[in-house]
Amino acid sequence: MTELLAKTACDGLLSVTAGPFTLSEEPVAPLTSLMPYKGRDKALSAALEAAHGVKLPGVNRSTSKAGISVLWFGRGQFLLVGAGPDGSLAEHAAVVDQSDAWARVRLEGAGADQVLARLLPVDLRAASFKRGHTLRSPLGHMMASVTRTGVNAFSIAVFRSMAATLVHDLKTAMEGVAARG
Amino acid sequence: MRLPCPICGERDRREFYYRGAALALHRPDPDAGDEAWADYVHLRDNPAGVTRDLWYHEGGCSAWIVVTRNTVTHEVLGAELAEGAR
Repeated sequence: MTELLAKTACDGLLSVTAGPFTLSEEPVAPLTSLMPYKGRDKALSAALEAAHGVKLPGVNRSTSKAGISVLWFGRGQFLLVGAGPDGSLAEHAAVVDQSDAWARVRLEGAGADQVLARLLPVDLRAASFKRGHTLRSPLGHMMASVTRTGVNAFSIAVFRSMAATLVHDLKTAMEGVAARG
Repeated sequence: MRLPCPICGERDRREFYYRGAALALHRPDPDAGDEAWADYVHLRDNPAGVTRDLWYHEGGCSAWIVVTRNTVTHEVLGAELAEGAR
């Protein structure tokens, strides 16, 4: 059989820099969507804590511990990042592997919120969007997940097929903001 | 125009897809008769004033919501999840 080469979503596209901004690909990690069955949120949260040490976050929030994080990912949906799902989770939620379905990038640099302000119709400034906050909103026309991971760092995910568009849009915005000095 | 998603909070209109009158939530019984079904499928009110519409938060949390708004003043009066709305 032909030998297939594993490639990341942004292979050959990243990283790029412009002014104070750096865009790089997030390290490859297992991604799993968790969709709790009706009324099972608490049970799922307990199972998550027992198996992975993290609780289920509230709306527009994320939880993380020791390299494993859980993002709120939409109505009734969460994304487990950094660990394969423990079997016990399937008792309380629909558990689906998403590892190769998303392109995940990391935008860093002082004023990174100004870069995202050019692309998303939400307020991502530190006053209202703090470390650990997450949301779903369109980046350009792509349904994105955005999480603040640091003072000047954001983690952004879109469908894998849109990786090149994501990088292009972010790079253009980075250069635009950087050019203003 | 901004819509108050019951889950995400107030968001820009571009995140939402417009479906139409919230009448769609009142689906008649399968044997309700031709008149009721023709009404449900084809007839819509065109109110000057308060109206209830179905919107889909496709750019955000993916919830279907019912937004109450005023077509005369353009006021958005509120929103609720379609799941609990009638």
